Amino acid sequence: MTRPRPNFLLATAVVMLLAACGDKGVDFGARLQNRPAPVELELGEDGRPVPSVLAERQWVYRGNGEEPATLDPHKSVGLPASHILRDLFEGLTTESRDGKVVPGAALRWNISRDARTYTFYLRRDLLWSNGEPLTALDFIYSLRRAVDPATASASAGALLPILNAREVLAGELPVDQLGVGLLDDEYTMQITLTGPTPYFLGLLASPVAYPVNRENVEAHGDAFSRPGNLVSNGAYVLKDWKPRASIELEKNPNFRETSETIVDRVFYLHAEEAVTELNRFRLGEIDWTSGVPDSQFHWLQEHYADELVVSPWTGSYFFGFNLTQPPFADNPSLRMALNLAVDRQIITGKVTQFGEQPSYSLVPPGIEGYVPFSPDYADWSQEERNHEARRLFEQAGYSEENPLRIEIRYNTGGNNKKIALALASMWKQVLGVNSTLVNEEFRVFLQNRQQKVITQVFRVGWISDYNDPYSFLEMFRSGHRRNDFGYANSSFDALLDEVGTERVRARRERLMFEAERVLIADNVIIPIYSYVSKRLVNPHLRGWQPNVLDRHPTRFMFKLRSKGEEIIPAEPGLPAGDGLTPLEALPGEDAGEDMPVAEDKEESEDVL
Amino acid sequence: MRREGLMRHVATRLLGLVPTLLLLITIAFVLIRVAPGGPFDGEVTLPPEVRANLEAKYHLDEPILQQYFRYLGDVVTGDFGPSFRYPDWSVNELIARGFPASATVGGLAILIAFFVGTGIGVFAALRQNTAIDYSLMGVAMLGISVPNFVIAPLLILVLAIYAGWLPAGGWDWSWQSMVLPVLTLALPAVAYIARLTRGSLIEVLHSDYIRTARAKGLAERVVVLRHALKPALLPVISYLGPTAAVMITGSVVIERIYGIPGLGSYFVQGALNRDYTLVMGVVVFYGIIIILLNFVVDLLYAWLDPRIGYEEIR
Repeated sequence: MTRPRPNFLLATAVVMLLAACGDKGVDFGARLQNRPAPVELELGEDGRPVPSVLAERQWVYRGNGEEPATLDPHKSVGLPASHILRDLFEGLTTESRDGKVVPGAALRWNISRDARTYTFYLRRDLLWSNGEPLTALDFIYSLRRAVDPATASASAGALLPILNAREVLAGELPVDQLGVGLLDDEYTMQITLTGPTPYFLGLLASPVAYPVNRENVEAHGDAFSRPGNLVSNGAYVLKDWKPRASIELEKNPNFRETSETIVDRVFYLHAEEAVTELNRFRLGEIDWTSGVPDSQFHWLQEHYADELVVSPWTGSYFFGFNLTQPPFADNPSLRMALNLAVDRQIITGKVTQFGEQPSYSLVPPGIEGYVPFSPDYADWSQEERNHEARRLFEQAGYSEENPLRIEIRYNTGGNNKKIALALASMWKQVLGVNSTLVNEEFRVFLQNRQQKVITQVFRVGWISDYNDPYSFLEMFRSGHRRNDFGYANSSFDALLDEVGTERVRARRERLMFEAERVLIADNVIIPIYSYVSKRLVNPHLRGWQPNVLDRHPTRFMFKLRSKGEEIIPAEPGLPAGDGLTPLEALPGEDAGEDMPVAEDKEESEDVL
Repeated sequence: MRREGLMRHVATRLLGLVPTLLLLITIAFVLIRVAPGGPFDGEVTLPPEVRANLEAKYHLDEPILQQYFRYLGDVVTGDFGPSFRYPDWSVNELIARGFPASATVGGLAILIAFFVGTGIGVFAALRQNTAIDYSLMGVAMLGISVPNFVIAPLLILVLAIYAGWLPAGGWDWSWQSMVLPVLTLALPAVAYIARLTRGSLIEVLHSDYIRTARAKGLAERVVVLRHALKPALLPVISYLGPTAAVMITGSVVIERIYGIPGLGSYFVQGALNRDYTLVMGVVVFYGIIIILLNFVVDLLYAWLDPRIGYEEIR
């Protein structure tokens, strides 16, 4: 047999393939030209968009990351589920367009002088999506269900501020002993807390405090949150759930502000990879992505500058020291030296790239009414910081002859590896530290962190659910279950105790500022940057507003008409033609859908 | 005699399923339990009361042996238990809703791989050492060596985003949404089968009984299709067994890139979430499918090659 020689052909094919991928070949990255621009937004006297600028079909396609495990608000965990639940349900309080806590099911409330008793006065005309009236009894039932051991809720820990919640969760007290009850009638309820909890109103706007319909739960058990069963009280109701593909919501006609809700249908599309969402966005299949690929800032900037939305988010990325083991136990100079030798500008400029803010303290900027502590060295040049770092490093007893060897531990994913690598090389360059990178799967990493035995310096990312610095400071309390640092400082703890009981806002903020100062002075962490939320948004989709909690209920959104699109009254059976190609856009489904929209618009005009 | 041998063989193989699965369950059970971190560990550490309630609900507070036997008992009755991460769903339901999409993509890919692959292989073998042969095998080599996480984005870029013919991802049971994932999954297998078929057919064509067939004056077509192809397919069949199992139970890479609601992601997500019952469920399910397909391969072997009989296996 003669020897086949396919090498030449193989080589040719490889070259062709590489040419196709490379920058020199066809530019596949080019912006797609088929998306028409939206018309200018015109607002009416009521501050709402005038009907003539609105697209015929108000359907919104939102990329939503991983599929939620459940839509039971008391059992759900994670961001994807919370986005959908925010559309489906409404708590006693809710969030405005810009993320502020505002009245929801409760019209108003009183807080007692000791900040331990909250009295809520509910709106009297509230209905469930099935038309039944919604009262305080529903909220009482729901809060009890959330802490009931039989529910086995993973998010019930958030309700621990409520009196007796801990005992009920532990099975030591029956659920009716939870500190919630009716006051005068079934539209007035009282919640008693174990102590002042400044973020409590914000907490009530989160899924674990949402009401569920008792008959609904009792009739269907664990399956009550599936489509066809779920009764909810928010702006939308659950219409369909295609496993691992999409969750479809439609407008709830019984919602208290349904006349002001413009979007008729919301499709939450699941994708486990950011790049899948990016591709679907480029094809016009989705209007809103849950994120963007970490490494493609420049490409997005170049091709999708108008669609790319980046805004501050209440999250901090930092590294923590294990204070219970050598070499960092009782060695503040060494910790300070490592902290100073990190050039944040390089990390945010070269690695993360999306406009993350370099950080020198724990609490991210943007939290209402709070200016984070900023140490002196935040204003120094990196040269000055390096100089001081070297001095402290020597003071800690290390030198070229006696170099420091450490392990930098992080979990797989995102930019973690690149950032750890940057730290290692900065420490090597400035201080001659020999670092080993240890990359661990998330749960292994968390367990190691918690055990505080083999960790030295490790990555932490914390995104707060509440607009309150306390949720960042809390985890550094001695013995706190998230205190993986082994930090124990009685004056820090005392400050947090005071924060807990202080009712005067300005004084409370000063106390938190002082606590943050103590924490930073003790060099427990190496702050790196504050998070930003980043996503692509169809320019037609408006009405939402960037906010630090990154919460964007669909009920505030609307879709603009495309420029040059003729304004003809919608004919049943014709696609709206808003320039997008919705996945489920079957002409048959359109029939009759567009007409009620027009009526709704007129209605709302009449009302307002 | 042959028939009796066959029946006996089937019975033995089916009985052999039991110890194999028992071993599989035991190993999987031990491995997932010794993995550090538990199903309820997360960035937000649960208060002890909350954790205790969750562990009680899923019987994780019982002694480990009791959990093991409880699980075995459930599996015998066909119940894989509740999923830890998807509290509304049982593992059986999750498998039932994930498997159809995976099996569709995988099944179509296998069919394409088999027919296109053998077709190319036969074509190339009959033109051994010609330019066509070299170029086909060169391309095939490329197909084998380029991983699917490279092929997939390229296909999306060219066929979906650049040409706009197909959706970039998502799954709605339309043929459009199947084309790219099936193609991506099938390409490496097409290439591999083409090379296998070519090599094996060339070898068979040089054997004595083919020379005999030709000497008898049979047409080349008959020689190849009736006499040479069947035995030449043996290596292809033995490759297809496990490959089919891998394909129809879902490819993690393909499912993630194209957003297919299949079973493959459960392998990875289940393990990462320490969703013990989900991992166990898919492992057992996967085990059963692999064993069954290997069994089918054995039967096909005997049918394709009369030299293999069941008496030998006894």
